[in-house]
Amino acid sequence: MPDVIMPRLSDTMEEGELSRWMKQVGDEIHKGDVLAEIETDKATMDLEAFDNGILEQLLVVAGALVPIGAPVARIGDGSNIVAEGAAPAAPVAAPAAPVAVAAAATPPVIPPADAPTPDTHTATQTGELRTSPLARKIGREHGIDLHTIAGTGPQGRITRTDVDRAILAQEAAASAVLTAHQAATPTATPAAAPAAAPAAATPAVVSADSVSVPVSRIRAVTARRLTESQAVPHFFLTSVVNVERLVAFRADVNESLAALGTKVSLNDLFVRASAVALRAHPEVNASWGDGVILRHNHVNVGVAVATDDGLLVPVVADADQKSLGAIAIETRALAGLARTGSLSLAQMSGGTFTISNLGMFGIDSFTAVLNPPEAGILAIGAASDVPAVRDGVLVTVPTVKITLTVDHRVLDGAVAAAFLRDLTTLLEEPLRIVL
Amino acid sequence: MNTEVATTRTITYRQALNETLRAELERDDKVFLIGEEIGIFEGSYKITVGLLEDFGPDRVIDAPIAEEGFVGAALGAAMLGMRPVVEIMTINFSLIAIDQIVNHAAKMRSMFAGQVSIPLVIRMPGGGGQQLAATHSQNLEVWYAHIPGLKVVAPSTPADAKALLTAAIRDDDPVIFLENLSLYSAKGEVPNDEQVAEIGKAAVVKTGTDLTIVSYSRGTTTALEVARQLEAEGLSIEVVDLRSLRPLDRDTICASVKKTGHAVVFEDDWLSYGIGAEISATIGEGVFDFLDAPVRRVAAAEVPLPYAKSLEKAALPSAADLARVVREVLNISSTPNDK
Repeated sequence: MPDVIMPRLSDTMEEGELSRWMKQVGDEIHKGDVLAEIETDKATMDLEAFDNGILEQLLVVAGALVPIGAPVARIGDGSNIVAEGAAPAAPVAAPAAPVAVAAAATPPVIPPADAPTPDTHTATQTGELRTSPLARKIGREHGIDLHTIAGTGPQGRITRTDVDRAILAQEAAASAVLTAHQAATPTATPAAAPAAAPAAATPAVVSADSVSVPVSRIRAVTARRLTESQAVPHFFLTSVVNVERLVAFRADVNESLAALGTKVSLNDLFVRASAVALRAHPEVNASWGDGVILRHNHVNVGVAVATDDGLLVPVVADADQKSLGAIAIETRALAGLARTGSLSLAQMSGGTFTISNLGMFGIDSFTAVLNPPEAGILAIGAASDVPAVRDGVLVTVPTVKITLTVDHRVLDGAVAAAFLRDLTTLLEEPLRIVL
Repeated sequence: MNTEVATTRTITYRQALNETLRAELERDDKVFLIGEEIGIFEGSYKITVGLLEDFGPDRVIDAPIAEEGFVGAALGAAMLGMRPVVEIMTINFSLIAIDQIVNHAAKMRSMFAGQVSIPLVIRMPGGGGQQLAATHSQNLEVWYAHIPGLKVVAPSTPADAKALLTAAIRDDDPVIFLENLSLYSAKGEVPNDEQVAEIGKAAVVKTGTDLTIVSYSRGTTTALEVARQLEAEGLSIEVVDLRSLRPLDRDTICASVKKTGHAVVFEDDWLSYGIGAEISATIGEGVFDFLDAPVRRVAAAEVPLPYAKSLEKAALPSAADLARVVREVLNISSTPNDK
């Protein structure tokens, strides 16, 4: 049986971090099963099995950086099980329900919005990337993922003009004064600093004990905004959410969405649930405005995205008006744009609430720093199994800790607690978020 | 040096050829001309006007209508040290002599281990558009450009006609000198001084930044016309005149396309397996990473050229065809007067 190797998951990928094993030695594997999660320079993706058999050996530990083509596991008939060696990390969240084999490789299909011009397709619409060699070259040089930009050439081809536009947007985004919150930005080790931020590439040695690392514009803005934010009187509320039904609900939803070639993440469910709860609690969907409280008519939920250059918060506008599927597609597209620095100013503006999720990094719970002028930000931790007694039997229940940071000028504890209680209920009875 | 004297004159392509032949006949008594009706009739296209009178029948030889025979005779003379300049009435008739050209002239230097050289020039016009019908309107230069051992030059201006013909006659290898029926009366400035071109060098005859048109011979004239027309619309077109089809100046082509990212080849021959195919491959191999659009070719319709005026016009690649394809490559919608 062939070894399972580290696949090439993006054009610029040279190695991938095997962030989490989803299967353990001895597990029966079916073609298409998700064996592990792989984090590349661009995104976290599923490593799927191409063979049926028994997982006999894990060749690398979770967290290892593995070059493309190197073996990570061995699938066989079960006669050569090697338990020692790599100790698999305990799964901290329910594995994704098996999805179509092509799901990881095929970008989601975005249903055409209002009649696009025939010649304009994004890569995600056509499912294949048409690009000129020159566009690819410039994209490579500037760290632009061509999958995230729309081609305006013949048959939707991405040409130099399109990439140049994306570079301008990237530069605009980098200089835009926007957003920033939690202090510990979970930045993956960058494979290569994008050319757009050359200053961040070379640390300078200033003494024997430390080096001075020049910062990107995003990081400079982040630092300033975080400092401002600390002046806001704020408090934290934490709630433990039983996500058993949420996980099952997600699996059901994804089964239905499979035909559309997309799937919904737990984070998408959090966005949707928060939006519904915010609509019901207009006092939370608000901000402090120099002596008055501004209650916002729109519910625009920002989603914090870690990028190599720093933290960006693209905004899902009118999230309470959008279906789960629409939120999933939009969030994924925005996150892609964020990672390539291609977000427009508009895509990062107008947020009324923010969600920051470090669950995928295994963080149990944390507090997020407010994203001014928003009155609230929700920090989401990793799913973890806790023991519970049900009908006299000890069972494990998957839970997620969520922590709300609140601007005390706008909200008092009781009001915020009512919001968090309703949000928790929505997440535990997820059918209500689609009502 | 007398700076009062003008350094250039404006003459026709025909005149440029005639002057060059005269100058070379004067310069080197090993040079002689041979071809059908080049003496008493002074050439079917009047390239050899006055030369029989001035140089006599030993150096300006009227040959019988037997291309294989007189090309073979010239080849033999070249082997023995003469520098014959053959005129074949049109490239179409060279097919009768193709064995002499391809199997003998192109091969002898190699097969005789360098003991002989073949300083032979074969001048012949190609091109359609004169209602000469399918057998007399062909652009077969690519057949010769395909053959190692031959050089193939194709000047587009009177100045290049002069400089390249001079170079061809002085070259020690067989040179196919491609003329074009529609260029003979074209006028252009020609330096008064003797100019000897380097065979195998293309020329950027107009600079631009948006797109490169690669062409040769008559096509270059059309390319320049289209480039200037599009210039008025704000497009910056570079035109590369190949001047030599073999050796092919791949460096100049690639350098231009590297700069512009877009290329269109304008050729008078048929599309399939044509000059444009070679240029496209050259660009693909040389500057793939700099291409922003596929290389396109504008060539003749793949039919034996019709005799009927309207059909002949439709079958030949035109300035409007070229302008349309340039716009397509640059993804610009056409204007109504460009159909």
